[in-house]
Amino acid sequence: MALLELKNVSRHFEVKSGLIDRLIYGKPIRMIKAVENVNLIVNENDVIGIAGESGCGKSTTCMMISGLLKPSSGEILYQGKRIDQFDSDENRWYHSQVQMIFQDPYETLNPRFRVIDTVAEGPRALKLWPENEIVSRVDDILNAVGLSPLKYAERYPHELSGGERQRVGIASALVMEPKMLIADEPLSMLDVSIRAGILVLLKKLALERHFSCVYVSHDLSILGHIADRLMIMYLGQAVEVGPTRDVIQNPKHPYTRALISAVPVPDPRSRRAVPNIIGDISRPIDPPPGCRFTLRCPYSDETCSQTFLKLDMNQGDKHLTACHRQDALDF
Amino acid sequence: MSDLAHKTWYQIFFRNISEHYQIIHGNLLGRIGFWVIAFFLFVAILAPWLAPHEPWEMQYDSEGNFASLQMPSWEFPAGTTHLGYDLLSQLILATRTTLIIGAVSGFISILIGANIGLISGYYGGKLDEVLMRFTDILYGMPFLPFVIVLIALFGRKLEFVILAIVLIIWRTSARVIRAQTIAIKQRQFIVAARARGCSDLRIIYRHILPNVLPLLLLYASFNIAWSIITEASASFLGFGDGETISWGGMLYELWLSGKTRVAWWWFASPSLCIVLLVTSLVFVSRAYEEVANPRLRKR
Amino acid sequence: MNSKPLLEVEKLNVRYQTLDGEIHAVADVSFKVFPNEVFGIAGESGCGKSTLIKGIMRLLPENAKMDARSIKYKDQEIDCMRENIFREEVLWTQISLVPQSAMNSLNPVYKVGEQIVEAIQTHTSQGKKEARERVEELFDVVGLQSEFMDSFPHEFSGGMRQRAMIAMALALDPGLIVMDEPTTGLDVLVQERILRRIREIRKQIKSSIILITHDIAVIAEMSDRIAVMYGGRIMEQAKSLDLFESPCHPYTLGLKNAFPSIKHLDQELISIPGSPPSLLGLQAGCPFEARCPFSSDRCKKDVPEVVVKEKFHEVSCFRHTDAPELREHATKLSTWHY
Repeated sequence: MALLELKNVSRHFEVKSGLIDRLIYGKPIRMIKAVENVNLIVNENDVIGIAGESGCGKSTTCMMISGLLKPSSGEILYQGKRIDQFDSDENRWYHSQVQMIFQDPYETLNPRFRVIDTVAEGPRALKLWPENEIVSRVDDILNAVGLSPLKYAERYPHELSGGERQRVGIASALVMEPKMLIADEPLSMLDVSIRAGILVLLKKLALERHFSCVYVSHDLSILGHIADRLMIMYLGQAVEVGPTRDVIQNPKHPYTRALISAVPVPDPRSRRAVPNIIGDISRPIDPPPGCRFTLRCPYSDETCSQTFLKLDMNQGDKHLTACHRQDALDF
Repeated sequence: MSDLAHKTWYQIFFRNISEHYQIIHGNLLGRIGFWVIAFFLFVAILAPWLAPHEPWEMQYDSEGNFASLQMPSWEFPAGTTHLGYDLLSQLILATRTTLIIGAVSGFISILIGANIGLISGYYGGKLDEVLMRFTDILYGMPFLPFVIVLIALFGRKLEFVILAIVLIIWRTSARVIRAQTIAIKQRQFIVAARARGCSDLRIIYRHILPNVLPLLLLYASFNIAWSIITEASASFLGFGDGETISWGGMLYELWLSGKTRVAWWWFASPSLCIVLLVTSLVFVSRAYEEVANPRLRKR
Repeated sequence: MNSKPLLEVEKLNVRYQTLDGEIHAVADVSFKVFPNEVFGIAGESGCGKSTLIKGIMRLLPENAKMDARSIKYKDQEIDCMRENIFREEVLWTQISLVPQSAMNSLNPVYKVGEQIVEAIQTHTSQGKKEARERVEELFDVVGLQSEFMDSFPHEFSGGMRQRAMIAMALALDPGLIVMDEPTTGLDVLVQERILRRIREIRKQIKSSIILITHDIAVIAEMSDRIAVMYGGRIMEQAKSLDLFESPCHPYTLGLKNAFPSIKHLDQELISIPGSPPSLLGLQAGCPFEARCPFSSDRCKKDVPEVVVKEKFHEVSCFRHTDAPELREHATKLSTWHY
């Protein structure tokens, strides 16, 4: 059984318009359809990458998986149970099973908490263990992320560097021994020379501590190094999924192809193709039915704007794309 | 193993105390304010032992004359009233009353204001609307008439004076703390706390409150200062507590006696005390403001 | 690159006075920029690259002091130029800047076109009509439709605002344009378009560009020559190809390992242990010493002088002679993390 399953999950937000606009001018309520009918399956020990640009819905998806936001429609199942039907005890259990790390190392820690307070907060809030056991587990996890407790436990965030803060964030998520870790762009605000260290650390911990990881990023170079499977999202829709190497080296969806060819390569000798894409990205406000990439796609046709192929996640590791012209297009 | 690394709660408490001490003393004005307040506190605590005479006892000077309306002298350093009462003793005992009313009103009002601000700001929605409209209504209430009505209805008792002051003063701190709560609750570390599984109440009081603390302390000092002025105003108008004397009450007595133009010393000492204490409180809150608003700190 | 340099900077220093002491943000930096080239300055946060440029363009805050042995633009000494002459004749007219987070530098209450027109009119005697025509031209060059001239900044997307700032920088036909992190914060596809547009602009306009960024991939793709900065100093500078094929400095070697590439998914990522140095107080020795796997005692005490290995390839390292060996060792994980 899959550890986590998303079935047709959508999340809409209302665009706040004025009372007068609505009552007097009769303007309809506009909806931001941030995530639309997304399917996903995560098994034990999987590392799944979700890639896409801003506005694609990857962060919203993260928040829904970690229970911080409720889906507008669809189901999120953890070990077969629907998480929106949890009572408060089950909710607490869920938080100890699924944890999250965040993007901004400078904002992720409470400036008033020492490192030990931040890391111990989860177990204390969920009353997982007695206090002295919590303290020793905190010591353990701090060691595991490379921060010696003797040196770091009493420090305040302003006494830590960006990389150290991010490690504290990882420690405070992993201290609860979750089965799944959601990582929302944890590296993008770190210095280049520090990123590799945190990435390597995450990979190592995932292997040692047996948790699956959903890693969300706009940086395909990083995802290429950490994810086993990769899902590409555009404006709330999942457009392609498959083994990372496959998706990156043989993209099937026109958006994926454009995205990959746009990634700069740290080598002056390499050449890459000009991304084949039209126009600018829009916001997913009241989008038309069908594939949201239609207007920017150089290969789109009538059907594209009417219907959208949803990805069937039950096909295991297969490389799938939501482009209905996939057989016709030969990349 | 590393038990050495984990301090106990009282060590943290004392560390916080010293942190506050640093904040106040880091600032010249804060330091001055602190010592003046400390002085008044000292006087207030030891009042009954410091007062040289009974406050409402007719005094006779060294020559045996009735000591009425005497200017400040060695015998009566603050002078006397028209009835021969020693003003210094009154002043000293009034310090106690004023400080008690000020501190109690200040603390209760900040307690109410902070909690309403935190809860309103964190939960938002209907709760926020209701609480804020309630606060708005109180904003519309003019203070002095309200106190007057309350006292007139229920009598000149200490509790009602405190109640009246508290009911009016909590409103500003509520608004301000609500605003800061709203700003803080969107920050990533609060989202992270929710992701860790913290309940709403835990987030409000364990995560947000420490971050609102500098602002809170700032308003605590302000509230105490306002309470003192408010009490002085009410007492001056005759609506203070009937049983004890306060600085404002002393001014009320002065006014009643009709000797305002003559007995400048009677007017000077209570007024000076009010000004000194309130200014010191403002100085101390200024020191906290630098923490609450780091931009004010010198570069 | 056989011609005379457009910009020549010799031994530039920038020092900040703060409450905690003096910060030596930029130390003894020397470099040249030639006509019609893209000169990249790469480095992480705090390495001094932005401060360096602000120093040259006299945009430093009050508590900072800049001094240099010489700064020459088109063979003219601009270091000791009087303030008002510098503002009139050099800033914006000869050297212009697209600052960091430029997208947020536009005044939100004025139309975008108006702001550029104003900038042009401040520096030249052009009339409004002429200036507007120039702005239309510029919009065309950066790929913005001219209708957008009369829009407000909030109606522009991030990428569009960045282009508007580039248009402003081009307005007076400067010989040198400095772009500080021009694509940081922008999505990959938007970034790609802007970088492509910058390359096209280069073909049209013969200005040189100084490109400052921490993104090694962007700098690799865009620059002709690159300088790598760390801790306020230039560690190594060379033609891009040379820098990537035969890097000499341990920091450059470390960066190569630490930067994932989408083309080499099998690459073993090796991070550089430690973190960037604090530049507070007196700094002795090489700034990279604490994190360098090849450092020696000498590196703690003395700052390595700049050694010219080949034309255009300069290194600041005591062990530059062992470069091929160091390159070998640097590819192993054990070298960096033991």
